[in-house]
Amino acid sequence: METGIDYRQAVKDYILNEFLPGENPDNLTDDLPLISGGILDSIATLKMVLYFEERFGIVLEAHEADKEHLDTVHDIAALLASKAR
Amino acid sequence: MPAPSPLHCALRESAARHPSRPAVVEPGSGTLDYRALDALSDRVRDRLAALGVRPRDRVGLYLRKSIDTVAAIFGILKTGAAYVPVDPDAPPARNAYILHNCAVAAAVVEARFAERLAAEIAALGGAVPAQLVVDETGGGHGLARALDAADARQPAAAIDDAMPGPDDLAYILYTSGSTGKPKGVMLSHENAVSFVEWCSDVFAPRPDDRLSSHAPFHFDLSILDIHLAIRHGAALVLIAEDRGKDPLHLARLIQDEKITIWYSAPSILSLMAQFGKLPEHDCSSLRLVLFAGEVFPVKHLRTLCAQLPAPRYFNLYGPTETNVCNYYEVVPPVPEARTAPYPIGRICEHLRGKAVDEHGNPVAAGDEGELCITGRGVMQGYWMLPEQTARGFLVDADGTRWYRTGDVVVEESDGNYIYRGRRDRMVKRRGYRVELGEIEAGLYQHPLIKEAAVVALPDADAGVRITAFLSSKDGTRASLIELKRFCAEKLPLYMIPDQFAWLDALPRTSTDKTDYQRLKEFA
Repeated sequence: METGIDYRQAVKDYILNEFLPGENPDNLTDDLPLISGGILDSIATLKMVLYFEERFGIVLEAHEADKEHLDTVHDIAALLASKAR
Repeated sequence: MPAPSPLHCALRESAARHPSRPAVVEPGSGTLDYRALDALSDRVRDRLAALGVRPRDRVGLYLRKSIDTVAAIFGILKTGAAYVPVDPDAPPARNAYILHNCAVAAAVVEARFAERLAAEIAALGGAVPAQLVVDETGGGHGLARALDAADARQPAAAIDDAMPGPDDLAYILYTSGSTGKPKGVMLSHENAVSFVEWCSDVFAPRPDDRLSSHAPFHFDLSILDIHLAIRHGAALVLIAEDRGKDPLHLARLIQDEKITIWYSAPSILSLMAQFGKLPEHDCSSLRLVLFAGEVFPVKHLRTLCAQLPAPRYFNLYGPTETNVCNYYEVVPPVPEARTAPYPIGRICEHLRGKAVDEHGNPVAAGDEGELCITGRGVMQGYWMLPEQTARGFLVDADGTRWYRTGDVVVEESDGNYIYRGRRDRMVKRRGYRVELGEIEAGLYQHPLIKEAAVVALPDADAGVRITAFLSSKDGTRASLIELKRFCAEKLPLYMIPDQFAWLDALPRTSTDKTDYQRLKEFA
């Protein structure tokens, strides 16, 4: 298990690199609605989940991979941190 | 040929034959058997009639997919009205436009949408329809509570089921319109029943079948799911909209719910083949896998067939205006060398088809032409759009109306048709019809945007990739996040472009039209 990981930054970096090329990082705020705001579609969300599962060696339950749990950088980072514990 | 019974008679017959068999299963929320579904929809019928709904009216359906929604559909049909389902996840203004456009007499609405819907319809200058408000859907309980509460205020008199004629409308399904406004496809009881009867002949469902209900109810794939299951006393297993794109969840659902007939857009099956870990699940119950709505990328179909070799696979093809009009059985395995998509197949037996040139004359087999369809399954027209309806049909010298699909096809010597592409600017994305013009109309509402042009290119992975080219009024360029959020406010999520690109000005042709060919090269 990795410790001292800045999940928030990891999530931001991944989303900016993969799905928002050229975007000003400041615009990706912690509470920006990602799924309901049309920024991550279902396939993007799935790719992101698979990426973080692999990178952090964690498993998200099917019911966690949804809008309730993954709609903001804040929510995603919190979910990843809770899994890594 | 005698006129068919109205669509909803199938529920009454299945309830008499199989009263205690499961009719609708909503995993996590419950199951309703045929007797109970029939009784609950009777109550909806009586309440809607008390609210003023009469035969040949329209009734809106603005609910999350649930047992409640299925009961409401049959309740509406039993009044003799047509049901008009809208996408609960689409922008409220778009849904209000739809329900206002076809002047619904009433709407069955989830409480969280009710106030906004009334306000949006009032803003459009329309009379606010009567609402049957369901506080929370799930298991049919919310609907039953809403009916109980209304009965406590004033009981609704029990009426008989209406017996609409074959040409009376059963439902109106709104699809993307090129002018920026969705258009209502009017489908009659004869249209619906002739399609369901064709499905019965080809797929031979049994009472012990369990059909997936993956497609949302505003999408025409749902007609097969709901009405074929009910006609045969089979179980309809509902898949909630918000779980429908989670491949692991879907694989587990096939296993746990012992689905025997699966039907969805190819994009969902592609996801399951790539990410659903199907070989780790017991999918041995599956006997039929049906897909429709877009071209199935061959590499994903090959993977799927390799993982699940047992079921029979059918490629179903057809626009909402005809529902399925062609079909082709894909026999696994998919050869390694194959790269061409499978044919859309032969014309369904309840319809007739032909390919025509730009003058409407039939082309020789082997030549490209636009596919035109006639027969009992073909829609009556677009709601209140007589000109678009007239343009949508080719009328023969003998008066036969042929629906022009807009799809360019080639008929092979064995009677199977091959799909070649579109005549116009419509594309299919995740099974949905998307008019690129509707996306442009949405983008033009952005205050910074001076010009917007949207192009779609084939994509081996996703099927299609949509790019929006924009120019700005004063040089200020909105960020990607802002553009995506703006689109999410104006358009259904499946219409949001994959990419946005700002240009100083859009390229023009010599006749000063947007040069879409150049833009496709840029994309």
